[in-house]
Amino acid sequence: MLEIIDLHASINGKEILKGINLTVRDGEVHALMGQNGAGKSTLSNVIVGHPSYEVTQGQILFNGKNLLEMKPEERAHEGIFLSFQQPVEIPGVSMVNFMRAALNAKRKYWGQEPLSAGDFLKLMREKRRIVELDNKLANRSVNEGFSGGEKKRNEIFQMAMLEPTLSILDETDSGLDVDALRIVAEGFNKLRTPQTSAIVITHYQRLLDYLKPDIVHVLMNGRIVKTDGPQLAAEIEKRGFDWIKEEQ
Amino acid sequence: MEDKNSFVRQVAEKKYEFGFTTDVQTDIIDKGLSEDVVRLISQKKNEPEWLLEFRLKAFRYWLTQEAPTWGHLKMPEIDYQDISYYADPTAKKNQDAPKEIDPELMKTFDKLGIPLEERMALSGMAVDAVMDSVSVKTTFTEKLQEKGIIFCSISEAVKNHPDLVRQYLGTVVPYRDNYFAALNSAVFSDGSFVYIPKGVRCPMELSTYFRINARGTGQFERTLIVCDEDAYVSYLEGCTAPMRDENQLHAAIVEIVVMKNAEVKYSTVQNWYPGDSEGKGGVLNLVTKRGHLRGDNSRLSWTQVETGSAITWKYPSCVLSGDGSQAEFYSVAVTNNFQQADTGTKMIHLGRNTSSTIISKGISAGKSQNSYRGLVRVAPSAENARNYSSCDSLLLGSTCGAHTFPYMDAQNETAVIEHEATTSKISEDQLFYCNQRGIETEDAVGLIVNGYAKDVLNKLPMEFAVEAQKLLGVSLEGSVG
Repeated sequence: MLEIIDLHASINGKEILKGINLTVRDGEVHALMGQNGAGKSTLSNVIVGHPSYEVTQGQILFNGKNLLEMKPEERAHEGIFLSFQQPVEIPGVSMVNFMRAALNAKRKYWGQEPLSAGDFLKLMREKRRIVELDNKLANRSVNEGFSGGEKKRNEIFQMAMLEPTLSILDETDSGLDVDALRIVAEGFNKLRTPQTSAIVITHYQRLLDYLKPDIVHVLMNGRIVKTDGPQLAAEIEKRGFDWIKEEQ
Repeated sequence: MEDKNSFVRQVAEKKYEFGFTTDVQTDIIDKGLSEDVVRLISQKKNEPEWLLEFRLKAFRYWLTQEAPTWGHLKMPEIDYQDISYYADPTAKKNQDAPKEIDPELMKTFDKLGIPLEERMALSGMAVDAVMDSVSVKTTFTEKLQEKGIIFCSISEAVKNHPDLVRQYLGTVVPYRDNYFAALNSAVFSDGSFVYIPKGVRCPMELSTYFRINARGTGQFERTLIVCDEDAYVSYLEGCTAPMRDENQLHAAIVEIVVMKNAEVKYSTVQNWYPGDSEGKGGVLNLVTKRGHLRGDNSRLSWTQVETGSAITWKYPSCVLSGDGSQAEFYSVAVTNNFQQADTGTKMIHLGRNTSSTIISKGISAGKSQNSYRGLVRVAPSAENARNYSSCDSLLLGSTCGAHTFPYMDAQNETAVIEHEATTSKISEDQLFYCNQRGIETEDAVGLIVNGYAKDVLNKLPMEFAVEAQKLLGVSLEGSVG
């Protein structure tokens, strides 16, 4: 599904990613771990096409298509979704209007008619149950006045609406209490299919206990330095990153 | 980046979709302004002596005045001798059927979405269609007459209801009010006249559509609305003009009289040609609009969506004389490219227990300048006056300007005046968040701007709100990049 080959990227002239190679197949969940500043968020931002980052070398293929030639919205239509670490507030724009614009843009991209208002609201009702978001959400502005937990649940709700094939969760567990973490993680699991994949960025084992990644990578100084099964995450939880650094 | 810029250019070039001209035989008088021209206009319209006197007094006063310079505007020099003050596109009359309208004119208004055949018209809306200096047609007049409502062009009103016109004309905006009011009073051509008799609730929306067509002319519309005791009317105004390289002058006056327990809602969607993306051409929109809440418990609300014109100088105002009268002003002003707007309102509280609300939303993009200018005055007689003002500015990009000039003058210590102001910017993060969800930047800006202006758009009648929403999107196309 996703193939990253020798990816180098920089921001403001400073190189952050120094040759990333990563392959995600259909149905796999990859965990991406590493210390602050290792380049985890940069990698997710580059995949979704954030304009602040410049790709200087390498390529990203998504289902065989050259991702780096696509605009951020085209990448979204192709099925890539980012759950933001800090979802931004958009005052005045209701969740209903926002989601409707997003969903209909995707439908248009694939040559489908826009959803009728009735069908759309029905879909929203259905999907918000997955993350136990209440009804009032629909009339509230995007993320405005949402608590930290609500913002993260709202991200997973949007994921449920847009049905991406590749989801990137950027520290979706940060700032969540135990209950909120469970709701978010269970919501995510309900959305999993053999055709959907995910890259999960996290510092903690707790989220991975729920999500059960197939593969764990450690990112250090802009490179993936270690890749192993789920037991790697448990080991990092116990021993930190220093032992991996020493191995280098 | 280059891609984005060329896209911006494309959009900027095509975006004003009302820029066409109509090829119609038009009777235009020679350029220039003098007493003779004022007399000629009056003569062309077969006006009574008193109205000619009114015009001449205004003209002589205008000669002694100079254009105001206090606006936050860079006004081009206006050569008043280089403008024609009367253009009649209905000049070509069909000899056999003089009442028939030239099909070209019908087509023009059709193209603007204003069908003049009643069977085609929007349900529940009567229209007075004005092109250049003349009203082309007013629809549903007979139907409204059954209720005693008068809705016609002001020229017809002068002919058919001279006493009413004479009683109210110039009583809300006297010709001495300001430079452009004096000019308008001297040379005004057409506009609408509305009279709602006592106790009548006008059953349909009344609207006037103004269109400038002829080259080198100015438009000097004059609208007078009188809403008698216990009556109600909702009135809409729309306007467009062709794209021309030179500036065109539009100096209008709107006067509204609201009697006891009556209510008037006045909505404007102003979409005059704003000039091109280099700042060339565009309409100079220099307008005096004022309502007089004469009776107790009378109500007036102004709602305006301003997206057009190279320069907008306009302050729809309310004089709250009647005790317990209530006035509202809701405004969205959008400026892009090199547009300049200096707009706001005046709320003059004279009566007791009067209240006013001001909600202003400025949106600036490109290299434009957008100013809110407002005055709240509470006279010594106005016990327990209340005002709430909220003025917000939204900036797109870093080369535009937003300014707020609120003036307050409370001369009665029972007055309660609240003022809030915010300035915000659409952030890159917000746009990227939308992009990531699949919403392209242009649509994201439209979504955010409409959300921002929603409090005002909600006040518009439904048909207009949809139009206005689309218009906001179009006006800002190409403003981010």
